[in-house]
Amino acid sequence: MAFRKDLLLISSWIKPNTKVLDLGCGNGELLKILKQEKNISGYGIDNDIDNIKLSLKNNVNVLQIDLDNGLEDFEFEYFDYVVLAQSLQVIKNPKELLNQMLRIGKEIIVSFPNMGHWSSRIQLLTSGIMPVTGNLPYSWHDTPNIHLCTIKDFLIFCEKNDFEILEKNITDNNQRCNLFTKLMPNLFGQIATFRIK
Amino acid sequence: MDANSIKIVKPTNVIIKNPLKLLSGKVLSEYKLKYETYGSLNSDKSNAVLICHALSGNHHVAGYYEGDDKPGWWNNMIGPGKPIDTDKLFIVCVNNLGGCHGSTGPTSINPITNKIYGSDFPMMTVSDWVESQKELMDVLKIPFWKFVVGGSLGGMQALQWSFQYPKLIHNCIAIAAAPKLTAQNIAFNEIARQAIMKDPNWHNGNYLEKGVMPNQGLSLARMLGHITYLSDESMREKFGRDLKNSKLGFNYDVEFQIESYLRYQGEKFVTGFDANTYLLMTKSLDYFDPVKDMSDNLIKNLCECKSNFLIVSFTSDWRFPPKRSKEIVKLLLDNKRNVSYSEISAEGGHDAFLMDNKDYFDVMASFIMESSNGI
Repeated sequence: MAFRKDLLLISSWIKPNTKVLDLGCGNGELLKILKQEKNISGYGIDNDIDNIKLSLKNNVNVLQIDLDNGLEDFEFEYFDYVVLAQSLQVIKNPKELLNQMLRIGKEIIVSFPNMGHWSSRIQLLTSGIMPVTGNLPYSWHDTPNIHLCTIKDFLIFCEKNDFEILEKNITDNNQRCNLFTKLMPNLFGQIATFRIK
Repeated sequence: MDANSIKIVKPTNVIIKNPLKLLSGKVLSEYKLKYETYGSLNSDKSNAVLICHALSGNHHVAGYYEGDDKPGWWNNMIGPGKPIDTDKLFIVCVNNLGGCHGSTGPTSINPITNKIYGSDFPMMTVSDWVESQKELMDVLKIPFWKFVVGGSLGGMQALQWSFQYPKLIHNCIAIAAAPKLTAQNIAFNEIARQAIMKDPNWHNGNYLEKGVMPNQGLSLARMLGHITYLSDESMREKFGRDLKNSKLGFNYDVEFQIESYLRYQGEKFVTGFDANTYLLMTKSLDYFDPVKDMSDNLIKNLCECKSNFLIVSFTSDWRFPPKRSKEIVKLLLDNKRNVSYSEISAEGGHDAFLMDNKDYFDVMASFIMESSNGI
């Protein structure tokens, strides 16, 4: 199975020999590669039984927990990094979860699909219906994505909540940066990744 | 017979002559352990698995006895190609001391008095069982357990192993367990004990000497226990309000199917189980509280424990529900141990740990397969 490209970026941000919590860890591939290449220790969290099985097969610690029930079981600054890759939009209370992540992690890494991308804007403008894109392929009534935001929304949110952005990366779906994503990230970026403390 | 099952098995007895100092302060000068093994110990002795049984279980975990058409109690989980794979692993299961299926217990003869122990048999705790199982481990020349696995009370024993002998266990699987009993758990156990001790045939636990059995009480205890092993959903589905006969009898005979089922379970149980053992097992459950008992030692031992833990719970289990398993997970997380946790969707209640369930078996198989790499 090919390694998800957006996870390559995240793994490049993580220092060796650290402790990592991966929220919505899927099949555990990020932790698996971090374990092998950077000697990190950590846990994945997922609430899908099939992902639990896959993570166990990848030999990573995985906990079947509903993220909407919070992360109280972990102590203050238990982890060096808490990662939430492409799952922010499915969380019931993103503000609460981000605060919890910042409590238990020294730094957090968050990535999400950018609702401000031109294709979404044009869809809404021209057809008048909720955008359905490759990243967000669901109709409004059956989507798990209940908290979509744009890069601009997220920046405003960080400022309001005193989240310090240490690093950011705005790319297209293939993890490529170009002149457009640099000049107008909120219009041309498809995936946004932030490292925050 | 299940085609993928282990075939005919036989139990083995061993007499341990090292005196066992019990947590209560009493000493068992010598004792017999009855156990079964399946598969074979590999040349570097790295594939041994200890299965810990629950309250009413025993050492007959898998395979069939000659002439018996009923397999061991975990035959679905253990066997060739099954999650606990006897083609690769060497499985050991021992009847807990104080049991009534062959290991020394209340129905054995006390070598000092030459009489049946009865109520004189000392109280056993989970840590005493671990000590006795450690003796068996030495007899079998097993250097470490690749896995210690158990459900319910057996899960607590598996955990106790990792607390007590942290260096002798590589992987610990605790299913439908709890770090200690709640007041409600103890309350149910106490009613079960009262049912036994209020039986006119009880004779202060020395009923065998009198040639009688407190079967009324024991079967009542089992009926009560049985309810706590099932879920509301599974009882509704299995029995609902179905009647044995088409009409109400307006009397107190067995009328509802559930009444008939419970009476049957109670009556069946008393033919193969000893009342003193039942008391002892429930009490050892009540006493189990390693965090309190071991306090700083537990934390020190856990730091030395390199074991991987798998904790499994079932959604409909209300005896030891998922939140109790999460307490175990929390304890392990606080001590920075390698732990995985799965909460299996199941309707079977506490007994789900004994039942077929694809997700449950897949989770077990994934963890065990990955952790037995290199065997």
